[in-house]
Amino acid sequence: MTQFETEIAAIKNEVINMWRLVRSQLMKAYEALITNNKDLAHEVMAMEKRVNALELKIDRDCENIFALHCPVAIDLRFLLAVLKINNNLERIGDIADGIARYIADMPEEFNADTLKEIGLLKMYDEAISIFADSETAFEFENTLLARTIFSRDEEVLDRINRMAEGKITDYIRNHPEKIHEALYIFSIIHKLERVGDQCKNIAEEIIFYFEAKVLKHQ
Amino acid sequence: MENTILKVIDFDAYFGENYVVKKVNIEIPKNNVIAVMGPSGCGKTTFLRCINRMHELVEGASSSGKILLNKDDIYDIHPIYVRQKIGMVFQRPNPFPNLSIYDNVIAGYKLNGIKIVKHERDAIVEGSLQKAALWNEVKDSLHKKGTFLSGGQQQRLCIARAIAMEPEILLLDEPTSALDPISTSSIEELFQELKKNYTLILVTHNMHQAARVSDRTAFFYLGELIEFDDTKIMFTNPRDARTQNYITGRFS
Repeated sequence: MTQFETEIAAIKNEVINMWRLVRSQLMKAYEALITNNKDLAHEVMAMEKRVNALELKIDRDCENIFALHCPVAIDLRFLLAVLKINNNLERIGDIADGIARYIADMPEEFNADTLKEIGLLKMYDEAISIFADSETAFEFENTLLARTIFSRDEEVLDRINRMAEGKITDYIRNHPEKIHEALYIFSIIHKLERVGDQCKNIAEEIIFYFEAKVLKHQ
Repeated sequence: MENTILKVIDFDAYFGENYVVKKVNIEIPKNNVIAVMGPSGCGKTTFLRCINRMHELVEGASSSGKILLNKDDIYDIHPIYVRQKIGMVFQRPNPFPNLSIYDNVIAGYKLNGIKIVKHERDAIVEGSLQKAALWNEVKDSLHKKGTFLSGGQQQRLCIARAIAMEPEILLLDEPTSALDPISTSSIEELFQELKKNYTLILVTHNMHQAARVSDRTAFFYLGELIEFDDTKIMFTNPRDARTQNYITGRFS
């Protein structure tokens, strides 16, 4: 392996580590949500600093490669994609942090049946699954898997998000004393919808990197 | 291609039994900078030397196929005329050591026995040095020897000497490989000016130079033209895996 290839491989490993860190944030926030565990929510919030630091390191390492090696072709596309994916991952980390803050701030406990009934748990499961698949697609250079993310985001996350408003309205009408919980759930659903959008952006970058095809705005 | 200045058709070149340029087909558009790159021994310099019929000067060298300059086969034209229309600049600056800057620029006319009156000579010398971006630096020392100039200035003098003959195409064989980065940069700037009047075909080992200065890039490997495309495409999304391996340094 040349020095350049070693540095590219190191960046790929760093990005995969970033993915795992953010996935851990998302999963811990999920667990904190279903167990009403505020300590765990605080742990998720504390992880945000590590995610931010890793984002800066990946950016800096990419800058160094641009400056020192003047990459071209697939290497150039890889680094351009990594810069954007890095940003997308950091934003998903922000989203996990935001969900954790809702859990920490929520004056009451979330009701497991309500979370299920409104579709939040299904949406959360799918968001984590899509996110994990985006990581697999990147790590194993699988653009077919990356392509499945577009339809899954549309069919599950966007659909639940669209239906959430009506369901939340009904829930508040039937349980006016639960308005706080309902609004927090509504906010979390919006955040999960953003996870889907970020995963779609990541999938576009993976396809750009491997196939040199630009899917953005199509 | 509408604005083709040079069309190469099924062109082969040999050194004795050694088959060095293989069935090359390429159309060079006018007023473009064309970079030719490839690993050592891939035939790129031989190909360049075929374009102004210098290849045939080597003992045992031969070629077949067609090279059309504005639709005329260069092998049907007198080689001296071909070399006037297709000038060449070499890797190392090679001004004539015993001639002044002035006489170096006008050397092509003298060597070919073309007689011109003094005021025409003066105009050619000034115009060529202007086009080679050297006039301001040497206008007060035209009668000093060219070898007193710096390496970068000597190379621009060689470019002035080539364009004094009013060529249509300039062949440049690694013209900056012996120069420092500042001189290289000034020559690269010059290419952008020169392409307004000429078509430049540049052999370079420096891939970043090819990316910086050329409009289109040709990649040669083992005597074959593997890929010829817009430089932006060649350096972002080349079609052939061999091109990608070469430009990303993964060639084995």
